[in-house]
Amino acid sequence: MISEEIHDASVVAPAFDVQAIREQFPILHRTVYNKPLVYLDSAATSQKPQRVIDAIVHYYTELNSNIHRGVHRLSQDATTAYEHARKAMQQFVNARSSREIIFTRGCTEGMNLIASTFGRTAVGEGDEILISEMEHHSNIVPWQMLCREKGATLRVIPISDSGELRMDEYERMLNERTKLVSVVHVSNSLGTVNPIKEVIDIAHARGIPVVVDGAQATPHISVDVQALDCDFYTVSGHKMYGPTGIGFVYGKAELLEPLPPYQGGGDMILSVTFEKTIYNELPFRYEAGTPNIEGAIALTAAVDFIRQTGYEAIAAHEHDLLMYATELLSEIPEIHLIGTARSKAGVVAFTIDDIHPHDIGTFLDREGVAIRTGHHCTQPVMKRYGVPATNRVSFAVYNTREEIEVLIRALHGVITMFR
Amino acid sequence: MNELQELYQQVILDHNRNPRNYGELQDATCSAEGFNPLCGDQINVALVVKDGVIEDVKFTGSGCAISKASASIMTSVLKGKTVAEAEQTFDTFHHLVTEEDDDVDMESLGKLAVFAGVREFPARVKCASLCWHTMRNAIEGSGEIISTE
Ligand SMILES: Cc1ncc(COP(=O)(O)O)c(C=O)c1O
Repeated sequence: MISEEIHDASVVAPAFDVQAIREQFPILHRTVYNKPLVYLDSAATSQKPQRVIDAIVHYYTELNSNIHRGVHRLSQDATTAYEHARKAMQQFVNARSSREIIFTRGCTEGMNLIASTFGRTAVGEGDEILISEMEHHSNIVPWQMLCREKGATLRVIPISDSGELRMDEYERMLNERTKLVSVVHVSNSLGTVNPIKEVIDIAHARGIPVVVDGAQATPHISVDVQALDCDFYTVSGHKMYGPTGIGFVYGKAELLEPLPPYQGGGDMILSVTFEKTIYNELPFRYEAGTPNIEGAIALTAAVDFIRQTGYEAIAAHEHDLLMYATELLSEIPEIHLIGTARSKAGVVAFTIDDIHPHDIGTFLDREGVAIRTGHHCTQPVMKRYGVPATNRVSFAVYNTREEIEVLIRALHGVITMFR
Repeated sequence: MNELQELYQQVILDHNRNPRNYGELQDATCSAEGFNPLCGDQINVALVVKDGVIEDVKFTGSGCAISKASASIMTSVLKGKTVAEAEQTFDTFHHLVTEEDDDVDMESLGKLAVFAGVREFPARVKCASLCWHTMRNAIEGSGEIISTE
């Protein structure tokens, strides 16, 4: 009864207060070159709210000790906090069990973990692995390495001029040799939100497992791995208001259970003799060595921040910024947008006639505006659009329309200087 | 002049728009390719070196204004110089774009002096020096692809 809800004042969300959000991010108050910082590079890494910073400080002030091994109080408390973080991640992506959550350094390590455990088992000589033309290098290179090792072939789903997956081509490319599909949920260089549920369903109809690169998805959209039914999903903490050096892999327990370990060492074993080692159970078998304990704990604080802000509010605000920036940029004749998919998250990439992005980035920097210029670890995307590099503006929940106006004024300055 | 205007002087903007010595060099005696993975700059420097003298030098490739202007001015400056003089000039140039002190012989730099502003932009030093590294690599004939990383 949507219409009723709209009239019921009690369920109308309070007006979004971006200033209250900004208050939570201390770094947004600093200046660069005596100009207020305008941070439009959140797709590279997001800024961190105070509560995430506090969580790290609290860990080292109150809890620091090694986990899973001490009987003493600190070790117990740290272990509890770390395993609580795992539970929080389980709930965050709605996994069935916290055994399905493996902490990693980030998405890159996540992909390498999947490739060298599941990939090595599932892919053999003459088999095919299917990725897309819009993948980040971290979802290309591990599969290339695996293909070389196994004598398998890497195949690539093309994208359209607007930056959307060619779903017709995708279906055509699947065949009995396809052992695995690995596709990005949200593109970091084009902003495209892929129809990931459809991608998964199409592969599953042929019994093919699907890996999803979620690095750019979890900062913006709510992810339910059970509803998606993906086989593996990688998450990067530092893109979603958490610290660097932490992320996780979700993997279906029944797929993880029979796999070989990823790295050997402490924590991943039950017993070691020089003759034989018995590996630990899930998920510890995949987490060799002392992990990023404070990272996992602080990631919990980042998840709390997202939950409290609400994905709906985040999405609505970022969509407004995306529309506003797209509109203002489109009004400048020298600017050419790259990536105009119908469904996009907060990324606008563009070129300005023949002005090189690196020059643009330097100019904007002196105006206090931080954007990313370059190939964004997606060189095949640059090749697809015939450009050496692009300018990328990306948003998080703390950005404002005023910041976009500062950007636009600075871009006019660049164009004038290079005219 | 603010730092940006000093970096992007008219001379640099002009060389960026109309690079000199841009194109293939038919009878090159040596050449090398250089990359700057940070910004995707790519350059090829080809030279005609006879009896230790650089008779001709040209470049091709794509890159930012700083790297294009640097290659354009470098090729203009190097023509007619001996290999030893080219090395010397590179050293002076490198000092100019990286060091804070003023121990550079600006007179000997001639046209290259317009790159003095680069030192205020550490992220751009590689852009300015890529063509020089590539030139040196070509002459040394190592044939390796050079990267500024
Ligand atoms: C789409 C995508 N995948 C993977 C990665 C790599 O993630 P991480 O930095 O956590 O290794 C990134 C980050 O740049 C990304 O944007």
